[in-house]
Amino acid sequence: MNNLLSRATPYLQATPLLVILGFFLALPILLLLVVSFWDYDFAGMYPGFMTFNYAETLGSWVTWKTYGNTLKFAAIVWAITAFIGFWVAYFLAFHVRKASTQTVLFLVCTVPFLTSNIIRMISWIPVLGRNGLVNSALVGAGIVDQPVEWLLYSDFAVILAMVHLYTLFMVTPIFNTMMRIDKSLVEAARDGGASDWQIIWNVILPLAKPGIAIGSIFVVTLVMADFSTVQVMSGGQSASVALMMRNQMSLLQYPAAAANAVVLLVVVLSMVAGILRIVDIRKEL
Amino acid sequence: MGQEKRSPGFYILAAFFVLFVLFLYGPLSAIFILSFQGPQGGLTFPLNGVSVRWFQNLFEQQAVGDFGASFSRSLTLGLMVMAATVVVSLLAGLAFRRRFFGATPLFYLTVASLVVPSIIVSLGIGVLFQQLGLRPAWFSSAYGAHMTWTLPFGVLIMFAVFNRFSPSYEEAARDLGANSWQTFRHVVLPMIAPSLIGVGLFGFSLSYDEFARTLMTSGSSNTLPLEIYGMTTNVTTPVLYALGTVTTVFSFLIILLTVGIIYFIGQRRSRS
Repeated sequence: MNNLLSRATPYLQATPLLVILGFFLALPILLLLVVSFWDYDFAGMYPGFMTFNYAETLGSWVTWKTYGNTLKFAAIVWAITAFIGFWVAYFLAFHVRKASTQTVLFLVCTVPFLTSNIIRMISWIPVLGRNGLVNSALVGAGIVDQPVEWLLYSDFAVILAMVHLYTLFMVTPIFNTMMRIDKSLVEAARDGGASDWQIIWNVILPLAKPGIAIGSIFVVTLVMADFSTVQVMSGGQSASVALMMRNQMSLLQYPAAAANAVVLLVVVLSMVAGILRIVDIRKEL
Repeated sequence: MGQEKRSPGFYILAAFFVLFVLFLYGPLSAIFILSFQGPQGGLTFPLNGVSVRWFQNLFEQQAVGDFGASFSRSLTLGLMVMAATVVVSLLAGLAFRRRFFGATPLFYLTVASLVVPSIIVSLGIGVLFQQLGLRPAWFSSAYGAHMTWTLPFGVLIMFAVFNRFSPSYEEAARDLGANSWQTFRHVVLPMIAPSLIGVGLFGFSLSYDEFARTLMTSGSSNTLPLEIYGMTTNVTTPVLYALGTVTTVFSFLIILLTVGIIYFIGQRRSRS
């Protein structure tokens, strides 16, 4: 009896997680897969099996252009966040010497992560706007005569806000892996006559790769899923895949949005699978 | 190592770090300052006098809709998500310490929960509730939607905690005659308490600020982030910034409180 209970324990403990993710994640995604083959009109959806939604989604040049635009955001934001994330984590892990200072500075970097994304996003508006801080400074200093128009409501604003929102997802995992690099490896490299750059390039960067990979998964999936930043910061002038879905949803075209969701999910999961080939994240926890 | 001279690289990186922190907090301080805009002032600098008029405005129904109700909904939902996240993550973390059939697929389902685009979760749950004939509400569908975001963080944190947890403590307790509940209650639980508080903080904050997952799942009543998002398009006074300041200060207080509790536990432990 006791033995049976002991063997059943992990199953009982894992059940709540399985039930919640099963009902609120797996089931809805399966349902979207089914609904993406349904017919619809302005009044409702009709069960059936037709590939029209996919033909419409994949056959339209708007879709391809939107994917191109979203992937462009993902690539640029990824490159910038990876650069910032690496150097900030490197500074914290290898240049700050006291553990308590390290903890405090790391907290300073993570606190904004726990505050509202929407507030952090709209906080750029008074900074970048036509009469915003940057423009007032530029005009005041006589660098430009007219306020710069492309600071807000542009691709520039979208990328800036995304970098602002998502860099923390890069800093945290990279810092985490760097803290586990044995400092004696760095000492050994230095004793062997390696310069600072050689140490960074040949010792730290290869060992920090898993952290960079996990950060990349976060940043890439967050940018691919983003619609609010694109909508607000581009002022409606730029598009993303999720924003396209959002518009279909507000028109109650659920089967069309579902087809879009399935395509987006396939794209995102293949990107994640590609990154996971580089690193086994189970080993990194 | 303390006496070693700083390399020039240190100063460049330190400057880079300071710039990064300014980049993180700078725009937030703009909102903070502008929320004290004078009664005649607009959405941008310069300040037209200083007042707390926009904070008073928050509590007048006609200015911002129902701020109080959406705040209390978000607060309640955050606490519900926090409680569930802590309990479910702890249980799952304990389960993953042992081998069991289906452990790997469950782990990948958890990771999938992290990478599936939020809008797909939102749409999927919305359609699911519609097909089941259930009415979506913030305490049912949005509750589940938020947990698809907080649970993977909680489970992965517990996973990391138990990977570093030596079983010898439990063996010692058992050798001294403790049963498995006593071992858990008096040995394991106190040791992982700070991590559990951290998981709670994540659960609450991620839910309190969640937007995309709530969009299709909150039914007819808005949570606070939805209310704020609606305001970005139709509110043209600094009352928007006042609301931003209030919720951000609230988030900061929660974080400070949590860090304080964890620090306090650590201090008490090192003294005893």
